[in-house]
Parts: sequence; C-alpha cells; structure tokens
Amino acid sequence: MELDEPEVDDLVAPATPWVTIVWNDPVNLMSYVTFVFQKYFGYSKKKAEKLMMEVHHDGKSAVSSGSREEMERDVQAMHEYGLWATLEKQD
Amino acid sequence: MGGFSYHRRGKQIIATFSGFEADLLRSLASQLVELLRNEVAAPAESDDPLEALLDFSGPTTEPEDPVLKRLFPSAYGDDEEAAGEFRRFTEGGLRDGKARAASTIIDALEEAGLPPELDEDGMVIDVELSIADAEAWMRSFTDIRLALATRLGVEEGDEDFWDSLPEDDPAGQVYGIYQWVGILQETIVDALWAAS
Repeated sequence: MELDEPEVDDLVAPATPWVTIVWNDPVNLMSYVTFVFQKYFGYSKKKAEKLMMEVHHDGKSAVSSGSREEMERDVQAMHEYGLWATLEKQD
Repeated sequence: MGGFSYHRRGKQIIATFSGFEADLLRSLASQLVELLRNEVAAPAESDDPLEALLDFSGPTTEPEDPVLKRLFPSAYGDDEEAAGEFRRFTEGGLRDGKARAASTIIDALEEAGLPPELDEDGMVIDVELSIADAEAWMRSFTDIRLALATRLGVEEGDEDFWDSLPEDDPAGQVYGIYQWVGILQETIVDALWAAS
C-alpha cells in the first residue's frame, strides 16, 4: 500500500534540524544537572527537572534544538559544565 | 565536614574548612590545573618550525588521557571530521576555562589564610565567595569529581563495592574523597539556588 506523503514545502520546513543531547553519566549529581539546565537554558525548574530525569532514566535527553551553530554553542557550554553532550541532526 | 551556605546579608556563599580539608582541596585543584596544562592541547606536529609557531589552532583528535577524554568528549558521535573541527575551535578555550575555575579555588583558599605548607594543627579556613566565584567552584568540583571517578573507574550503582573495601585500601580512601567533594558540590548547588 502506498501512502500519500504530505507535501513538504522547504520554505516552511522547521528551521531547527539539530539537537543537543545530554548523556547520563555515573558522576554528575541530579541537583547539579538540574541547576545547569535551568541556569544555562533559562528553563523553569520543572522543565529542568523533567529533562534531568530523562537523562537519568533513559540514558539521554534532547535538551535543546536549533541551528547547527547554536547547538555547537550549547554543547560547548555543557562541556564547560562537565556534562557529556553531543549534537546531532534531528530525526 | 565543611559545607556551603548562602549568607543573605553579605550576598556571599560561605564555608568553613579545617586546614586539612583546605589543603586537600588545594591539592586536588592544583592537580587538575597541572593535568589541563600539561598534556598540551597542541595541533598535529609540523616539520616546518615557522608553520608550527604560527599555528594557533587547537587539536583535532581526542586526548589520550582518559580524564581529559571525559572532560573534552567528542561533540559528534558519528562524524569524526566534524568532531575534529569542533575540537580544534573549542578545546583550548575549554581547557583555559577549567584551569581558571580550579585556580579560583586555590586563590580563595590562600587568600583565606591557607599557608603554602600546612604545618599547624587546628587551623580553620573561612572562605567567602561571590556568586560568580561560587559558580566557578561548583564547575570545578564537577571536573575534580569526573577526574577522580575516571581514575577509580566509578560506575552507576557500584556504591556497595566501594563501601566494602577495607579501610586502608587506597582506592577506598580516594572514593571517600570523591564522595566528600560530592557533598561539597551538593551544598554549593543548594546555596546557589538559595541565592538566585
């Protein structure tokens, strides 16, 4: 069976194809990771905690999205804070 | 035990350490600075001395030391070339920032009265940190804990193993220091929450 693919207009396609992923590690404290997400990204404590729990339980979490340059800046900042972060193209 | 708290009136984050604790912290921070500055973040070697002198760019391959590898992880999981480019432009600055943060610890402890050689019993070191300096300490505690954990081989959920080591086991003693820095970090994060 063939499905009709929705037509994607390049001009209105989301301009945020990259994501910053933070990976779980056995060292960083939950309170610290939450603090970093809130402080650096300006997220609410609730959102920062939700992302931290994703990292903790799922092993990783996509914590921000944007252009490749923006995500490189975010990854660099995460490395400044000692968090293990990578960037990749959004699926 | 030494922990941090926020001093509302002075808008400072304060802690009291014994001379032994302060000396230990200084030693950990100094080792971190040495590691960051020692294994040079140099680009690939060049045979041309002029070219070598003029090349200010950073390294493009992962550091060999496992601690440095953890402090400066690859930014791209599956794209070596992009990871190398990212590293070239970021690792030098990241190293400087981490070394500066660790130096903030050393400077503050010495300004608070920690002598070059600790030779006195019963010494008490009171540190009073600005919010910005407390954040530098917090980041550096992370680097110190990552370094200790990497050297020890700490893994998720292995607390029982470390607790089971005999008291005179050096690895167990280092793990104790790792946990102590964790408590310091927990309290400095709490103090920074209180300050914000």
